[in-house]
Amino acid sequence: MNVLNEWAFIGVFAVMAPVFPALPIVIAWLFRPRKPNVLKSSTYECGVETIGDTWVQFRVQYYIYGLIFLVFDVEMVFLFPWAAAYNEMSLFGFVAGFLFIFLLTDALFYAWQKNALDWK
Amino acid sequence: MDEICTGLCRLMVDSGAEAGLAQFVSLLVGVLLVSGVPLLTVILLIWIERKVAARIQDRIGPNRVGPIGLMQTFADLLKLLGKEDITPTSADRLLYNVAPLVSFASVVLIWAIVPFTPFHYGVDLEIGALFFVAVASFGTLAIMVAGWASNNKYALLGAFRVVSLLVSYEVPLVFALLVPVMLAGSMSMLDIVNAQSGMWFVVLSPLAFIIFYISSQAETGRAPFDLIEAESELVAGFNIEYSGMKFGMFFAAEFLHVFTNGILMALLFFGGWMGPFYYESPLIAFAWLGAKGGVIYLTTLWLRNTVPRLRIDQIMAFNWKFLVPLSIANIVLISLALKLLQELNLAPRQLIGASIIDMLPATIVLLLINGALTMYLLGILRRRGQEARREAQAAPAQFARATAATAD
Repeated sequence: MNVLNEWAFIGVFAVMAPVFPALPIVIAWLFRPRKPNVLKSSTYECGVETIGDTWVQFRVQYYIYGLIFLVFDVEMVFLFPWAAAYNEMSLFGFVAGFLFIFLLTDALFYAWQKNALDWK
Repeated sequence: MDEICTGLCRLMVDSGAEAGLAQFVSLLVGVLLVSGVPLLTVILLIWIERKVAARIQDRIGPNRVGPIGLMQTFADLLKLLGKEDITPTSADRLLYNVAPLVSFASVVLIWAIVPFTPFHYGVDLEIGALFFVAVASFGTLAIMVAGWASNNKYALLGAFRVVSLLVSYEVPLVFALLVPVMLAGSMSMLDIVNAQSGMWFVVLSPLAFIIFYISSQAETGRAPFDLIEAESELVAGFNIEYSGMKFGMFFAAEFLHVFTNGILMALLFFGGWMGPFYYESPLIAFAWLGAKGGVIYLTTLWLRNTVPRLRIDQIMAFNWKFLVPLSIANIVLISLALKLLQELNLAPRQLIGASIIDMLPATIVLLLINGALTMYLLGILRRRGQEARREAQAAPAQFARATAATAD
């Protein structure tokens, strides 16, 4: 199987994957009862009517974790080729990888020192 | 799989079908064959999950429908088909309906790169490990979308927690995944398994396995990391507004995800299909993979049903201040040690096809390093535990003083 064919397989798979869960939902849609009323399709909240808007601004701590994650996730993707080429790597590439990891760790400790990792 | 697809393709072209169509149909058949495995196992998994949970809690579990309750899942399926599907009026209809599909699809897609035996696999991507990371993160997105689109405060709170929890635990997960990639020198799943012919990676780096295990438990949102669906505070979390089959899909996805992680851990760390006589027949190879994945899966169920839920600040602190630095240290130490061993000609440069004797010095050195790191970590944990206990003992005294002060 050549490379293009491999990705064609992934492509077909990606198209088919949502179809599998969609099938039972569609079958259920054919059979299920439909008796909607206003109360039933209102937002659930312990029996009382929900007050205020749900889509509010949320806590900044979630954002901070998101930002730290973004730094790590993007940089980790760069570490994968480094790891894959590990066995044939020159000393320069090896040290460069370490420098990269060092910078990552440095950022983590900076965030730690700034108390960005504490749940407040 | 390759042969089946090309064979089928050729057969169709020979019988007069258009080449493009023939290729598409053969790919489709391949996809159906590969995805058939997870789709069939998930039916069994639901039963296993309930039965194991029941046994751990000293109950019998489902035992009415069929022999030892085996038909229970089908009965539940029929029941779910007849359930009314309620979409809240305030919900974002499109996203609300798409979320369960994405949730399940993201798990099934992982199976595209899972090799079942040395010869039977969907596709052996050169970037298999990276593909896994990419696809698995879609699950997080699905839960976030479900919580947001429900327009329910409980659901949204659950979704917030997901973003922080799943996203945080992806960092150690990916770092732990780097270790097998580094040892095998390849991101292809087939190469990673073949590179374990000398020694399983769990022996070379037990810490990487433990980190992967813990973070994949968190990725599936299982106890002790199950605050996504903390029943006592959030009622049900992100899926609170879902009913009927859509609700069922979230759960099928979760059950399948746990098992998928078990199989992945077997492939990445436990030598996949490697075992006595695996080369005799693909069936034996498949049985080895299933057995290893199954045992790991059962331990995750065991863990889930044994430990209590943690608080979100504890979970976050454990991840960012313990698992992440640990996984980085692990990567650095292993890469340094292995490079040194390779330079001294004590370890093979190419692990694929290496025998156990080639691997022996490397195994001993890496195990010692891992052991030393573990002992150091246990020391840290012990000190932290003592501090926490001291604080807890001091707390009642403070409380007594405070109440005495108010009484005065």
